[in-house]
Amino acid sequence: MADVNRGNRPLSPHLTIYRPQLTSMTSILTRITGNAMLIAALMIVWWFLAAASSEDYFSIANGFVTSWFGDLVMFFSVLGLWYHTLAGVRHLIWDNGIGLDIPTAEKLGWACIGGSVLLTLITVVAVA
Amino acid sequence: MAYLTDRKRAMGLGSAKTGTEHFWAMKVSSVALLILIPLFVFTFGAALGGAYEEIIAYYSRPGPAIIAALTLVVGFKHFNDGVQTLIEDYVPGTSQKVAIILMTCLSYGAAAVGVFAIAKLAL
Repeated sequence: MADVNRGNRPLSPHLTIYRPQLTSMTSILTRITGNAMLIAALMIVWWFLAAASSEDYFSIANGFVTSWFGDLVMFFSVLGLWYHTLAGVRHLIWDNGIGLDIPTAEKLGWACIGGSVLLTLITVVAVA
Repeated sequence: MAYLTDRKRAMGLGSAKTGTEHFWAMKVSSVALLILIPLFVFTFGAALGGAYEEIIAYYSRPGPAIIAALTLVVGFKHFNDGVQTLIEDYVPGTSQKVAIILMTCLSYGAAAVGVFAIAKLAL
């Protein structure tokens, strides 16, 4: 009986036909923020290398990192960093089999969004 | 073939032959970063925008220097494990292997450059 009704089976639904949901969007956002932070991380490494090289080279790297464009990258990276951090905490909770039901998962999703905005404001105030 | 059960036919063919170690590495680095990231954000954030002499003096202190070096090492390891999963999900075939190798070289390279620079600043 192993070969009954092989083929012509339904495929998994794709992203394009799924209605966007808080749980899927917060999951995708975790991946986007985690990988996008590479830009800021490389900028920071370059900044450290320049500081370790010479005062002239430091002024070039520091000028770029603290320019309006650098500030923009750093601001969104801090927002992404706190979002990714809170989403990571959510995964550490989920790993224990806790909070996987939809109402709790959605509450945790809103906590990640709201918490990351709040932590970003605190960071901007603290380091500005 | 007809006598093979579905389970027997599928065994060993799935994508998930391994992965526990990757999951565990991700878990360890994420918990480490949970401690390191707030420390790094508020030390690096305090230093950024300072003059050259201030930066040199600040990163000559062991605390900020060790926090920054550890954050870069653990952060790039965590990034490398994460981006590997991203590539495995979206890039097929040989390009997948090339992309994983490139991102691994970039991750370890950037971490090494960062640690070298911080050590040079601190000493």
